[in-house]
Amino acid sequence: MKPFESLTSPVLLLRENRIDTDIIYPARFLLIMQREGLGQYFCADRRVDPEGNAIANPIDEAKERGAGILIAGREFGCGSSREQAVWTIKDFGITCVIAESFGEIFQANCLRNGVLPIVFDPATVEELATLGKDGELSVDLVARTVTAGEKVIDFEISDNARERLLKGWDETGMIQSRWGAAISTFEDGQRAAQPWLYEPLAI
Amino acid sequence: MTTASAPRTLYRKLWDSHVIEVVPGAEGEGEESRAALIHVDRHLLHECSTHQSFEALRSNGRSVHRRETHLAVPDHAVSTALDRLSIAQDDGAAGAQVARLASNVAEFDIPYVPLGDARQGIVHVMGPELGFTLPGITLACGDSHTSTHGAFGALAFGIGASDCETVLATNAIVQSRAKTVKVELSGTLGDHVTSKDVALALIGRYGAGFATGCAVEFTGEAVRAMSMAARMTLCNMAIEAGARIGLVAPDETTIDYLRGRPLAPQGAMFEQAADYWRTLASDPGAEYDRTVSLDLDALAPQITWGTNPQDSAPVDGTVPGAPEDAEAARQHAKALAYMGIEAGMPVTDIAIDVVFIGSCTNGRIEDLRAAAAVAKGRKVAAGVRALVVPGSMAVRAQAEEEGLDTIFTEAGFDWRMAGCSMCVAMNEDRLAEGERSASTSNRNFEGRQGRGGRTHLMSPAMAAAAAVTGHIADVRMLEEIPA
Repeated sequence: MKPFESLTSPVLLLRENRIDTDIIYPARFLLIMQREGLGQYFCADRRVDPEGNAIANPIDEAKERGAGILIAGREFGCGSSREQAVWTIKDFGITCVIAESFGEIFQANCLRNGVLPIVFDPATVEELATLGKDGELSVDLVARTVTAGEKVIDFEISDNARERLLKGWDETGMIQSRWGAAISTFEDGQRAAQPWLYEPLAI
Repeated sequence: MTTASAPRTLYRKLWDSHVIEVVPGAEGEGEESRAALIHVDRHLLHECSTHQSFEALRSNGRSVHRRETHLAVPDHAVSTALDRLSIAQDDGAAGAQVARLASNVAEFDIPYVPLGDARQGIVHVMGPELGFTLPGITLACGDSHTSTHGAFGALAFGIGASDCETVLATNAIVQSRAKTVKVELSGTLGDHVTSKDVALALIGRYGAGFATGCAVEFTGEAVRAMSMAARMTLCNMAIEAGARIGLVAPDETTIDYLRGRPLAPQGAMFEQAADYWRTLASDPGAEYDRTVSLDLDALAPQITWGTNPQDSAPVDGTVPGAPEDAEAARQHAKALAYMGIEAGMPVTDIAIDVVFIGSCTNGRIEDLRAAAAVAKGRKVAAGVRALVVPGSMAVRAQAEEEGLDTIFTEAGFDWRMAGCSMCVAMNEDRLAEGERSASTSNRNFEGRQGRGGRTHLMSPAMAAAAAVTGHIADVRMLEEIPA
């Protein structure tokens, strides 16, 4: 996974509450089995009408400006667990999402894909939306700050999430190398206490 | 600090028993770390969220850590047509996705229930049915409605495709310990009022984000009185309140349900397991981060009128007017415009084009019995297309043994094969632009059941009542059918 350290970029504003993963990546595209090139389907039903004609929308307009930061509302990415919702925004060019809150699985999926989710209170999100509307924002994960012109705002992120993004870990490989022995020890104990979980699966 | 003797919630007990190692790192000033590597005991897989997981295993040269902790089945994209096996090869992208699952599970030797197997069904219906879901375990699946399995007192949560790969390779995942919400349900449910109505009313009252990221435990005598199917509906809908986890403490209802299930422990080992399961309850005095309550005595059947599961209203009510908050009012207006309805109209004036009975929320035999009881002796209203999609082929077989299929088909319902169907609208079962459904599924999001489709969520009995009347109807008020 590509590490995330910092980013200076124009902003895509989607200041709505509950933009769910069905909006971000409509279910019918889940039949596509690649994970590359999905950016064209990002919020597809807001960009193309049922007849296939382009609809004027802030998303394509932001694409032209090269927006890499998305500012949303409350509960962004709620609903379905589809990781395509992160793959589509990343392929579209977004690597940082600022919101009042996130759907929890979407937020976890961001961390697996080098996308930084930042939570601020509603007033701060609104302030950043205003400041970033026509210019650029800078996000620094090392310093845990978002900068808009002269304004510097600290954000909170757990040490664990921050480290994962900064190092761009391959999570599975990291777990295997760091905790392989601990997993075996845990399973030995669980097998002794709950042997029924270690019976052959009669399928 | 939590000490060994401090009273613990059920969630905390389950969490503690699966921590492999606490991951250091402050989450907030002065707090102990909530992050830990936790063990994942069981993992369900379906065709739609795992192709990239297997691809990651392959490209990194990794193997599956313990094959017998996984179980795969196609459900999301499969056709529900009666002749689906003969059309499977021609089923375009959906067929290709199911074929990919089959080749992936063969390559990695994952236990698999294929299309055409008598056990095939929606992951969250089939897992419990087979006894793959057990109390006290952690269970993950690349699907947000994995919270369903919490009805057994399991820590069950949805994950993305990358995490599915990690679980396949390690049976472990880094997670942060969730905050806890206790839901106290008092009183008893009236006739034709179900746990679906409880879920919709709860989300309506406290908001769709009220439990975001939390573990929600449902408590109270009403929960004790619920069947496993009803508890699964309740925990299934916990994700619609934003929760990571829904939980019901296991009891004799749980244990009786599991006894004799093919993948549950057998004989003496079952009794040994059951003794452990009986210890899985929150201690008296255990502290939750938040407690909410709902009295069920006066609860009416609920429906949703908008595009958010919190947009619920009692069936004997009206479409609510605009809220005072400006932003909320804007969203209210947008939802009404999308849904093509007006504030103040009685919800029973809303005419329906399509009825969908099924899904991991309400596709179990108890749900079909409730719908059939309403459909019996009645006819689907003119102009209404009505589908019954059993949650699993076992549910379908049981329904046929009870003659429910005859009741449905004589009433004019379409009797289908098992799958996710019109809940996720990945196959041919979907709404056309502007069509309006009465649906027993879980999400009324814009476009969820098809682009431009309008979804009203409700219970199976209420959906059946909508089918036979052609509009949203109070199932309690239907005229008696002469015997």
